[in-house]
Amino acid sequence: MSNKFNIFVKGIVDVSPLMIPVVPFGIIFGVLAIDLGLSPATTMAMSIIIFGGASQIVFLQLFSAGASSLVILSSVGAVNSRHLLYGAVLSEHTSDLKMIWKIIISYFLVDQSFAVTNKYLKQSSDKDKVFHSFGAGVTCWMIWQTTTLIGIFLGSIIPEELGLSFAVPLTFIALLVDDLRKLLNVIVIIISGLIATFGYEIIPFKAYVIVAAVIGLLLAMILTKFKVFRNG
Amino acid sequence: MVDLSLIIYCGLVTFLSRYLMIAILKKEMFTDRIREVLSFVPSAIFPAIIFPAIFLDNTGMFVFDSNPKIYAAAVAVLFGLITKNVIVTIFSGLTSYWLIIYMF
Repeated sequence: MSNKFNIFVKGIVDVSPLMIPVVPFGIIFGVLAIDLGLSPATTMAMSIIIFGGASQIVFLQLFSAGASSLVILSSVGAVNSRHLLYGAVLSEHTSDLKMIWKIIISYFLVDQSFAVTNKYLKQSSDKDKVFHSFGAGVTCWMIWQTTTLIGIFLGSIIPEELGLSFAVPLTFIALLVDDLRKLLNVIVIIISGLIATFGYEIIPFKAYVIVAAVIGLLLAMILTKFKVFRNG
Repeated sequence: MVDLSLIIYCGLVTFLSRYLMIAILKKEMFTDRIREVLSFVPSAIFPAIIFPAIFLDNTGMFVFDSNPKIYAAAVAVLFGLITKNVIVTIFSGLTSYWLIIYMF
């Protein structure tokens, strides 16, 4: 077996524990999409083409609120801006790869795979170590497609009165638990949330997600700058 | 109806956000400062989805009185802080939401 394959398998093994929370997330996405009247084929196409949980849920949320295509697209772009950071970290280790491998590794780059690969990259000195990200990403992909499919199936069974759409804010709260312990993050969280809530009806074109996010990031820039000055 | 072309565009934006830095960066271009600010991206974006989904009803009206979602979300935050576990957070919130709805 080649070295690359061993590293690929290591990626699969390392990311596996992180797949447990992805299961309900994928199912919730499938159920919500069907509830909103999307066809099973369209729902599946979203998971394969976009392959990003947060992006897909934001898409659904804004679509059901009647937002325009441009607002949906730019909000998905804002949600994705965190990937720039992941790509920047991986780029150190992909510069010698062929373009096709760069494309493949990029497509499979998600939060969970980055979390474990980032750790592995720091420990390993292997020249092919970036294939760890590929293995972890493929694992996430399989779980995401399977759970979307389960959600599509359950979507026609689960009654609407169960209020499963409430699982969406809960899922995002769960993704923020680590940041809830940091004061600066909590300030940004509250301000962004208040702007989105009170701007929901006021901000035109349902652009409340992007407006709140941009103001939240600007606030983060100011707050972190202040912190640097205070410490230095 | 959801337009397939919109899904493809969103897929393209998502892919480019992942590919751009891998494609263009040769060496480390991100400073610690940019890195720090980017670490705030989830804190800046996710509340814009969380808060309206809790405080607003289907018509965009503010619901504060006897809104079960506020209590259930508070329970989820509490369990999240204590356990740091994603599944526990989601299901503590959902369970308390159902309890409130069906008991009161």
